[in-house]
Amino acid sequence: MVTVGTIIYEPGNSTNKTGSWRVFKPIMDKDKCVMCENCFIFCPEGCIKEKDGKFEIDYDYCKGCLICVNECPVKAISSIREEK
Amino acid sequence: MSKVKIITGTSAAAEAARLCDVDVISAYPITPQTTCVEKLAEFVANGELDAEFIKVESEHSAISACIGASATGARTFTATSSQGLALMHEVLFIASGMRLPIVMMNANRALSAPINIWNDQQDSISQRDTGWIQIYAADNQETLDSIIQAFKIAENEKVLLPVMVNLDGFILTHTVEPVELPDEEEVRDFVGIYEPKHAYLDPDRPITQGPVGVPSCYMESKYNVQNAMNNAEKVIMDVNEEFAKKFGRKYGNGLIETYNIENAETVLVAMGSVCGTIKEVIDDLKQEGKEYGLLRIRTYRPLPINHIREALKNAKNIAILDKDITFGMNKGAVYTDLAGFLKDKKTTNYIVGLGGRDIRQDDIKEIMKHAEKAEDGETKWMGLKEQ
Repeated sequence: MVTVGTIIYEPGNSTNKTGSWRVFKPIMDKDKCVMCENCFIFCPEGCIKEKDGKFEIDYDYCKGCLICVNECPVKAISSIREEK
Repeated sequence: MSKVKIITGTSAAAEAARLCDVDVISAYPITPQTTCVEKLAEFVANGELDAEFIKVESEHSAISACIGASATGARTFTATSSQGLALMHEVLFIASGMRLPIVMMNANRALSAPINIWNDQQDSISQRDTGWIQIYAADNQETLDSIIQAFKIAENEKVLLPVMVNLDGFILTHTVEPVELPDEEEVRDFVGIYEPKHAYLDPDRPITQGPVGVPSCYMESKYNVQNAMNNAEKVIMDVNEEFAKKFGRKYGNGLIETYNIENAETVLVAMGSVCGTIKEVIDDLKQEGKEYGLLRIRTYRPLPINHIREALKNAKNIAILDKDITFGMNKGAVYTDLAGFLKDKKTTNYIVGLGGRDIRQDDIKEIMKHAEKAEDGETKWMGLKEQ
């Protein structure tokens, strides 16, 4: 059934793993990371997640825009070209 | 306490928005609507209205801001006219598709070129298929009352569609009339508090609004809008009745208004302020023993087909007035809409008042005379000069 205004009430409903669109891949060095949260705030896709007190990148949905690389003040995130 | 003020149509619209305690207003000034948003900006600046006034750089942005505001569950109001409404065009579909009950005042004004700031109804008629409910007011009091009713209609759970309240540019927007302003508490009690279940901003209950509508769901979403329009017919009638009980004024059955229709073979069909002129002519001719009727279409969308057909069941000659033109067909939009379901009647079409051309009592009399003798389906441009 199509809801009023085609509203989707279930969060996290994307089944299409858009991470496959990526050309560049950000790599996080957890030892250099100072937990400033810049990458967490700036990531337009919400792909920076906290796990066991450290940040992690969700590669299922990260599209490789590399904004996190640009915003990291301690250069803890580098980038490589995706190998297919 | 209600009080009577001598005000213009645009002021009446602004007062109505204030009385309904709108949360967000976003609009861009355009003649002849400007005085409405000026008044609202003044209300906000003076603290008479606790609302967010979002200043924007175009009408496209104004209606987009309204959509954003309404999507968070805020009661939202905007106003525009003519080119401004045309610039809003693509966004109007989004408001109805997302089922956002935005209320808009539109000052009916001609479209360029040649540039013209005076009245006709081409602007709103051109937005006919955008999924907005369209109400055409005949005077300033009705403008105020219709905007109050519009919030109640739009926010009804069975409707949830945006509403455009149209008033004739200059004829109403810049003419002062006595307007009764109802008591603020009573209006707020009448419209109630808007608490949507489909459009809100709550981090604890995340929803996705305005997603992609793939082919497997798009048709259903549009069918839902059509269903909401069907529901709106009854809601508009109910709100009209409820309004009458509370404030003592009603406008026909909310959808249409008839005048001397039961005695007449020839009936004029029209929308907006010209109906006042037509009523005067009907009264004058009645004294001479001649009977003519008027059917005023108050809500053009949803078009109350059954009510119109029923009201015209005894009429022989139906003269349909249009303040708009469908080029290449030589007909107005109201005529083309009605002719389809009045197949067994003699209908004639009159293109009147484009770009502010006066519609005088003599023009109305000429239309009445013409309608009696004319062939079925004739179109006549009234007051056209010899070239």
